[in-house]
Amino acid sequence: MTHMANPAAAAARRQRHWDWRAAGNFIGGGTGSGLVLAAAFAALLEPGGPIRAWALLAGMACVAAGLSLVWLEIGKPWRALNVFFHPQTSWMTREGIVAGPLLACSAAAAASGSGALLAGAALLAAAYLYCQARILRASRAIPAWSHPRVVPLILACGLAEGSGAMLLLGGADSAGLVALALAATLAREAAREAYRRGLLASAAPAQTLAWFAHPLTRALQGLRLLAALLMLAALAGVGGAAMAATGGAIALATGWALKLILITRAAYRRGAQMLQQPVRGRAARR
Amino acid sequence: MTRYAMVADLRRCVGCQTCTAACKETRGTPPGVQWRRVLDIETGEYPDVRRSFMPTGCQHCDEPPCLEVCPSTATRKRGDGIVTIEETLCIGCSACIMACPYDARYMVDETVFAFGEQAMPHEGRLADKARVGVVTKCDFCAGRVDAGVARGLVPGVDAAATPVCAQSCISGALQFGDIDDPASPVSKLLAENRWFRMHEELGTGPGFYYLWDQEAAA
Repeated sequence: MTHMANPAAAAARRQRHWDWRAAGNFIGGGTGSGLVLAAAFAALLEPGGPIRAWALLAGMACVAAGLSLVWLEIGKPWRALNVFFHPQTSWMTREGIVAGPLLACSAAAAASGSGALLAGAALLAAAYLYCQARILRASRAIPAWSHPRVVPLILACGLAEGSGAMLLLGGADSAGLVALALAATLAREAAREAYRRGLLASAAPAQTLAWFAHPLTRALQGLRLLAALLMLAALAGVGGAAMAATGGAIALATGWALKLILITRAAYRRGAQMLQQPVRGRAARR
Repeated sequence: MTRYAMVADLRRCVGCQTCTAACKETRGTPPGVQWRRVLDIETGEYPDVRRSFMPTGCQHCDEPPCLEVCPSTATRKRGDGIVTIEETLCIGCSACIMACPYDARYMVDETVFAFGEQAMPHEGRLADKARVGVVTKCDFCAGRVDAGVARGLVPGVDAAATPVCAQSCISGALQFGDIDDPASPVSKLLAENRWFRMHEELGTGPGFYYLWDQEAAA
């Protein structure tokens, strides 16, 4: 009897442990850190001018909301401080370690208007965003998350959401900020396409790949393109700040939807794999 | 050194689930939680269809991805290769569940029994609130192994020092032992048969071996 060379696989199942609350942490963390980064960029555009404290405060609120959501999700919330025990290898620990200084530095920068504190907050925001990307990358049971290209995708998403929120919340009058949001939106699209191609090449579960062709995903893709067009029009002098703010709002909302799908819908587990079929019909040695 | 591992002979496994039942009976895991599972895998198309059974569970990896991501250090690896969870440290964040490519980790949010609110005798005896809201998994019956070794018994040879799944296997498909000991039964099985490990490309170094054929030269 010959064995079958093709590996047999058990059906991939969708992960059900991280729900909208976990997605909320990635949404809040991405948008919040993106807002802090956008505020730092705005300060670079206007040297010597007042820093946009409201953007820092909004960023802090987003990060804190995300952390609160994940706190509500964990099984033992009153042991939450144990999250700090493993900085050697755990990106979740590192995220927790960075969160405190990020909030403190952002608050201090907003209160004092100090450029140095703002620069510190921006560095911490970038680190926080990177930690979130690496949390997903370390999830080796989920091909949709553990692919290396998820890291640039999450980074670009955070920047696109944060800069989009910046336009929505009052930064739309700055051509520099509109340009930043447009560049971030386009970068997110490029990262998303590279990610899609990477998943295809790595033979990710069919159920994960099917999400790229889902009508909802297609509609979101169209809206992201619309956001970019609105920002481009605003930069060209059409529609003004309202046009840019609308583009920012769409960029923000579509980023949230992308993450919600990534975390709660497209995350299928790797599943078991039988690399060789048992060769029966002759005595097995004992 | 000692490196405990499980060897599953796919030619012998008949999918009876006795190992699963023995594990649940001994460890009192709640409904839906199977630290030792047997997958029923169909391949091919009619009329050339094959059905195979694949015992699985925690693979007690050399480089456990669950340990790396655990923020609380609840997941630990012993010197003998057994990966454990310190339930009093676990925060139930599920990061390890997302990191385990073998679907070997579980978490329940409340105490539930197989037949509603009334616990069966073994469930009532083994129900442990400390296991609610934290991640659990197979630990190769570490307590049983340790107790056996303390009595001078040999895990994988002596029943009282062997994980209950391997001990209960009706066909001898599941074998447990020290693969660092060349004279152990599991070492001989690995030397005399062809085997694979699941998702080895991920670099986890699983401690769960699947026999599928004799060695060509044997």
